[in-house]
Amino acid sequence: MEFKDYYAVLGLERTVAQDEIKRAYRKLARKYHPDVSKEPDAEARFKEVAEAYEALKDVEKRAAYDDVGKRFKHGQEFNPPPEWTSGFEFSGGAEGESQDFSRSDFFESLFGHQATGARGPRGRGQRAGEDHHAKVQIDLLDAYRGGRRGISLRVPRIDASGRASIEERHLDVNIPKGIRDGQHLRLAGQGGPGQGDAPAGDLYLEIAFAPHPDFRLDGRDIYLDLPVAPWEAALGAGVTVQIPDGNVQLTVPPGSSPGRKLRLKGRGLPSIPPGDLYAVLSIRLPPADTPTAQDAYRRMAEAFSDFQPRPALET
Amino acid sequence: MPMNTTSRTVTHCVIVEEDVQFTLIELSRVCRTEVDQLVELVMEGVLTPSGADPERWRFGGATLKRARVALRLTRDLELSAASTALVLDLLDEIDALRSRLRRLGGD
Repeated sequence: MEFKDYYAVLGLERTVAQDEIKRAYRKLARKYHPDVSKEPDAEARFKEVAEAYEALKDVEKRAAYDDVGKRFKHGQEFNPPPEWTSGFEFSGGAEGESQDFSRSDFFESLFGHQATGARGPRGRGQRAGEDHHAKVQIDLLDAYRGGRRGISLRVPRIDASGRASIEERHLDVNIPKGIRDGQHLRLAGQGGPGQGDAPAGDLYLEIAFAPHPDFRLDGRDIYLDLPVAPWEAALGAGVTVQIPDGNVQLTVPPGSSPGRKLRLKGRGLPSIPPGDLYAVLSIRLPPADTPTAQDAYRRMAEAFSDFQPRPALET
Repeated sequence: MPMNTTSRTVTHCVIVEEDVQFTLIELSRVCRTEVDQLVELVMEGVLTPSGADPERWRFGGATLKRARVALRLTRDLELSAASTALVLDLLDEIDALRSRLRRLGGD
């Protein structure tokens, strides 16, 4: 495993005062927090920043980390010295705080895994299992048609002796027809196991739709771009369009302008009530790259000599 | 870390936003948080249950996502409940603007 320079992650010198650490963390957290950030790698960056802060915000942990840090550089191969078989002991603090992110192996080799969200068995007797949360990406068609879809989840497990392992679980989920982007599925009893005879927790899956090249979603409604030729927009036309569950015949009314929305009622996501499908018109101009084409544009210009494309801008 | 694989078939699931209501206790369990913290979010108007008093509060399924975002922001950005309320209002506004952009075809 590699040594991680937590000071570098926060953009700080090793000698900084304790309150500088908090300030640097908060600034980066606001920038990269996955719930507010649109940075492409926000989640990964935030995870690094949060881990660095967790190691440095506590004076005891920081001292332990600094002790190790004297001997290593960022990215350098790191093996915990043999005398650390039991890790460090700390007077508590972060323990018990629930975190959504698991910490790196490097962090855990220094501070143990007790500070992470994965909790080992505690106490005896009856205790209901914890609810688990995961994110799953599905295709638009899965939501249109519903039906069975296999997903796999990686679940950290801590055994009775405190050893961590990753368990890969395969689940066949019946995706309900008409589920929308950002909604959640509850799978009863598929969360953490209960203790004793207590019931297992539930598993909550947050559904995200994989981006589709042709269709945009807004709740239950689906939008697609429909490019038409100038004469189709002007004179009207019938066009065949591919929509998620097949083909459909659309009528472009005469005198249509770009941006006009043609609504197909009930052809959006098939929930109750079903969404609508909108084809948004755009006008595609034929290229004027041959003498014939240029001639056609010239004739058009003559025919429309009174046409004012920008009345507001002309003086 | 060692890796184990298990396989399992699930036959039934429900859409939380449409078919589920939470009591205060249930919501605190799902969100892995203390009841007090949720009460504070209700007092700030971040979460809006139906029902007169905390024992009879019922939260709609969409509360799950909202509460989890609010709790993460409170914890990770070290915000007060009032600041979290403001952030969520602004996020709602950004969502509305983004969905307008999507409808217009801008990305």
